[in-house]
Amino acid sequence: MNNKNKTASGKLLNLLGNNAVPIMFIIIIAFCIPISGFSSLFLLNEIMTRLSRNTFLILSLLIPIMAGMGLNFGMTLGAMAAEIALIFTSDWQIWGIPGIVLAMIMSIPISAVLGLVCGKILNAAKGREMITSYIISFFMNGVYQLVVLYMMGSIIPIVHNNIKLPRGYGVRASVDLTRIRKALDNVLSVNIGGVNIPVLTLLIIAAMCLVIVWFRRTKLGQDMRAVGQDMEVARAAGIDVEGTRIISIVISTVLAGIGMVIYLQNMGDMATYSSHSQIGMFCIAALLVGGASVDKASIGNVFLGVILFHTMFILAPSAGAKITGNEVVGEYFRVFVSYGVITVALVMYETKKRRAKAGMGAQLAAAQQEGDKR
Amino acid sequence: MSNQVPLLELKNIKKDFFGNQVLEDINLTLDEGEVLGLVGENGAGKSTLMKILFGMTDIRDTGGYGGDVLLNGQKVLFNSPFDALAAGIGMVHQEFSLIPGFTATENILLNREPQRKSVASEVFGERLNTLNRKEMSTQSSEAIAKMGVHIESDMEINDMPVGHKQFTEIARELSKAQLKLLILDEPTAVLTEQEAEALLDSIRGMSKRGIAVIFITHRLQEILNVCNKVAVMRDGVLVKDVPAAETNISEITRWMVGRSVADTAQDRREPPETETIMSIQRLWVDMPGETVRDVNLEVRRGEILGIGGLAGQGKLGIPNGVMGLYPAGGKVIFEGKEIPLNQPRACLDSRLAFVSEDRRGVGLLLDESLEWNIVFPAMQIHDKFLKPRLGGLVKWRDEKAIREVTARYIDDLKIKCTSSKQKAKELSGGNQQKVCLAKAFALEPNFLFVSEPTRGIDVGAKALVLKALEKFNRESGITIVMISSELEELRQICDRIAIVSGGRIAGILPASRSSEAFGELMVSSVV
Amino acid sequence: MSEVKEIKRTFIDGVRENLKSFGLPRLIITAFLLLMFIIAPFTGANFWVQITNVINRFSWNAVLVLAMVPMVHSGCGLNFGLPVGIIAGLLGATLSIEWGFIGPMSFVMAIVIATPFALLFGLAYGWLLNKIKGGEMMIATYVGFSVVSFFCMMWLVLPYKKPDMAWGFEGTGLRTTFPIDKYYGGVLSNFLRIQIGRLVIPTGALLFFALLALMIWAFLHTKTGTAMTAVGSNATFARAAGINVDRIRMLSVVMSTWLAAVGILVYEQGFGFVQLYNAPFNMALPAVSAILIGGATANKASITNVIIGTILFQGMVTMTPTVMNGLINLDISEVLRVVVSNGMILYALTRKTEATR
Repeated sequence: MNNKNKTASGKLLNLLGNNAVPIMFIIIIAFCIPISGFSSLFLLNEIMTRLSRNTFLILSLLIPIMAGMGLNFGMTLGAMAAEIALIFTSDWQIWGIPGIVLAMIMSIPISAVLGLVCGKILNAAKGREMITSYIISFFMNGVYQLVVLYMMGSIIPIVHNNIKLPRGYGVRASVDLTRIRKALDNVLSVNIGGVNIPVLTLLIIAAMCLVIVWFRRTKLGQDMRAVGQDMEVARAAGIDVEGTRIISIVISTVLAGIGMVIYLQNMGDMATYSSHSQIGMFCIAALLVGGASVDKASIGNVFLGVILFHTMFILAPSAGAKITGNEVVGEYFRVFVSYGVITVALVMYETKKRRAKAGMGAQLAAAQQEGDKR
Repeated sequence: MSNQVPLLELKNIKKDFFGNQVLEDINLTLDEGEVLGLVGENGAGKSTLMKILFGMTDIRDTGGYGGDVLLNGQKVLFNSPFDALAAGIGMVHQEFSLIPGFTATENILLNREPQRKSVASEVFGERLNTLNRKEMSTQSSEAIAKMGVHIESDMEINDMPVGHKQFTEIARELSKAQLKLLILDEPTAVLTEQEAEALLDSIRGMSKRGIAVIFITHRLQEILNVCNKVAVMRDGVLVKDVPAAETNISEITRWMVGRSVADTAQDRREPPETETIMSIQRLWVDMPGETVRDVNLEVRRGEILGIGGLAGQGKLGIPNGVMGLYPAGGKVIFEGKEIPLNQPRACLDSRLAFVSEDRRGVGLLLDESLEWNIVFPAMQIHDKFLKPRLGGLVKWRDEKAIREVTARYIDDLKIKCTSSKQKAKELSGGNQQKVCLAKAFALEPNFLFVSEPTRGIDVGAKALVLKALEKFNRESGITIVMISSELEELRQICDRIAIVSGGRIAGILPASRSSEAFGELMVSSVV
Repeated sequence: MSEVKEIKRTFIDGVRENLKSFGLPRLIITAFLLLMFIIAPFTGANFWVQITNVINRFSWNAVLVLAMVPMVHSGCGLNFGLPVGIIAGLLGATLSIEWGFIGPMSFVMAIVIATPFALLFGLAYGWLLNKIKGGEMMIATYVGFSVVSFFCMMWLVLPYKKPDMAWGFEGTGLRTTFPIDKYYGGVLSNFLRIQIGRLVIPTGALLFFALLALMIWAFLHTKTGTAMTAVGSNATFARAAGINVDRIRMLSVVMSTWLAAVGILVYEQGFGFVQLYNAPFNMALPAVSAILIGGATANKASITNVIIGTILFQGMVTMTPTVMNGLINLDISEVLRVVVSNGMILYALTRKTEATR
């Protein structure tokens, strides 16, 4: 009886421990909402916007986690591919839905190539995938600048002067996407009780979720799970470990590219040299806030994460202003929280890995005592 | 039966690793449904033989093998385990090859899952087929049924007891339709008595279905219970191949350990009848693969005590536990004082020293010079080879003293190197071992644990290492505990030998006793 | 005759061996830098000015690169958490100024004040790194980021009053960048400064670096220093030899953190400004790649690596803009810096950097 109680409370503790991050966030948000003084309608609208804007991007992180490659900081590569595609479609003046679809299609081959390179490098750095993909994103950012700032307009034809820098080559720091702004979101959008719902975007996200669910049940998905849990066993069973890992990164990069197009059409404006740089960090932080860990993440984590993380994001500046009298504090606070969440998640993952190894000794000592009693 | 072609025939199988002959003229036949028990000490060549049979790549990488393997009368040559699998040979290794987060079914059918085509797979290729879960569970249930032992097919490997993991592996082999020959490498080692019994039943079942089984184990009774015939290997030679019904345990033991040459241990001194220097009481050690359970052992002053036993029985766990390298519990009393466990520093301060069996992992700083390797512990523990600077505030490395002492050990132990600055990783195995000994000697210990001092080194170096140990003991009166898998080596220099079996001390005998006596202890309570 | 041949061959082998250990990327960077020096005069840049620039940049950055050494030695890997120490240094800098110290005294006091912070942060940071052995680099990166972003808030909230640093109108919060001419700007660089024609040598700053480098070099020759190298080379070996591995690692982290704190102060005195808020984010990667360019691996680094690496890296950073601008009127130096420095880190990460087992 007593024993049972113990395990029940143990289970509760476990549940709390495993979901510490989301619970912490719910508390922060509950604390901030009244302080911020935002109306619930405003909040709901904002959350809906962020949900449609960010969810697809975050979904792109799921597959590498399944393949045991951790948080794919290299998703930035997909974002860069999308930006390059959008620069072209803007220059060709293809707007609206056709522009968006074309940008998505164009981003795919660029993302695939970048993903392939990234996957190959990660295969050479097994066990250090995260730090390596993180550095790759910086490295590729340099290459991206080389292409966009120096080669576009000089080697790669760019026609319009509102995209080109005055000096004749290179792309301006900001590309105007007003003419595709919310083109996707506005299709089929409905307004329920003052909350604007971008139905088509949500349908696309829902379809992507179904694809991921389906993907988990395919042979490739099964192979990825196997590779993710134990590369050696998978190899011994004849699974192409390296190939499978590369495919997972390619898929993730391609999805990130498409997600970035969705993100930017919602924003309606593109900061050519900085839009992608923070996107990886915010997506990863959001996923982790949703209760995911380095080796386990679900679609549920994605949605919970988007909602919690971005609610905090909306609330922080005004709550910060009310508390400290300085709005900037709130802005720094949310950056701090993003980094803090990633740090905590990484630390928890590493300590869990180490704890799993210990514990046998206690068993031995117990067995010996058991023997004494007998 | 006799005019039928045997399922498997091995003809004059030979194998050497860089001139070191490990298998000599092995001849063996196996018929359909026959169960062969394969026994032998560690290093007798069993696993090498099985590797050849299973097409493991390291055999090919080390120059292939001599002789022929015939399957159904056809000569076969496997380039990889996948070839062997295709030909109908299955193998269950000692280490589990299972995906921990998968269910039994998923593991049994790993990479052989029945699949359904879909639109996506028509376009993007077969890997986008969906898994046919229903068919998967049917196939895995069939395989489990074939085995005759029940396991939960939808339980995750993580949640399974060890025995069931083993059965999952066996079921995986049985699920392969082409399976004709199954090799089981010490499958009962991790099983409880009941589970082992169930396994034996399932071997009988396989045999009835016409699947031949090669069963490797140290539990001899199991062999007599289930096998049709017994093959005994020793030093790379197949010494006996007899029907199981015609033999008994003590006979098999004798074949396993018996040496054809005359007793090697000669002009041995009487074991010294001195007082106890170290008393180990109720020691447990959590060393993966070498678990120690409840060991009691008294070591006498000035003796060389050998600790022997089969691999995985826990003999290596004893020194590693006492010296604090693996989590341990119990009590160790040295020179009348209790030594705290799990603290390497405390042991070294009491003038104990340890030469680890894991030379590259524990024993050496591979990327550093010989000098550093030899003097490092002495410098850190006893403040040797240091010069006080700034009025004793700073302890500065004394490079000259370091060079001198290293040069002395290089001479004494005949370490072959270009200079005392050479990096440890550039030395041969034997010379690395000598560096490890020098490191221990430089600590000037009162008591020395030496673990597997001759593992992986050539014959010349072996003799030198053993001689150096004997000299160290005789001249300085240092007590030595030497752990080795090679019984003959222990009998050569030790005064008494303790045999570890099943994580416990099975018995201690004077080294002068016959090999058979030790052999019986070795297999007495094998886990 | 044959003997001569023999010697010749071994000589060539030796050269080849040396080149191999030097590494291809380092070779390319060295060659590139030499090429820059050769081209520079043709683009109208003065050779001595260029040399002055490189030496100057070296004197600013060398201590920050030196801060990598202790942690690499103890096997904690490349210190991506450099910002932790930098924050301690910034606390020292701002508090020293706030409390009214000026001139050289403000530099001394900045170090004195930064020291307890560096110790405290180093202990906490080291404790954390001991909990997560094996995952140091990724976590160090994010610990650094978290600390920097936390202090972004602190710079705003803490009650700094000195008008030289604080925002004038609102009265709260520090500025993002402020000059320190009145305080310790150039305090080392101008000390014993030598000027020969257009070549200027910031002797004081070089001497200060030499002093710190000598201290590290000496430390590595002591008993504890030897233990630190052994821990980095093979932690299991060190543990078996009775070393308290965690304590040695902790010590190395504290040392690295303190050096980073001093390093940022040295950087500021050369640069002439204190940069707060987001600036420390971008300090770690250049230092990491500098020491890698200098020939260090994830668990071996020497003072020589620091010196060579800083010269090569800073040389590249200062030379490329002038040369490129003069040559093709195109400044791709920033892009080049990003690609080369991160490429170097990637190269190191994809090598087998762990000790030979």
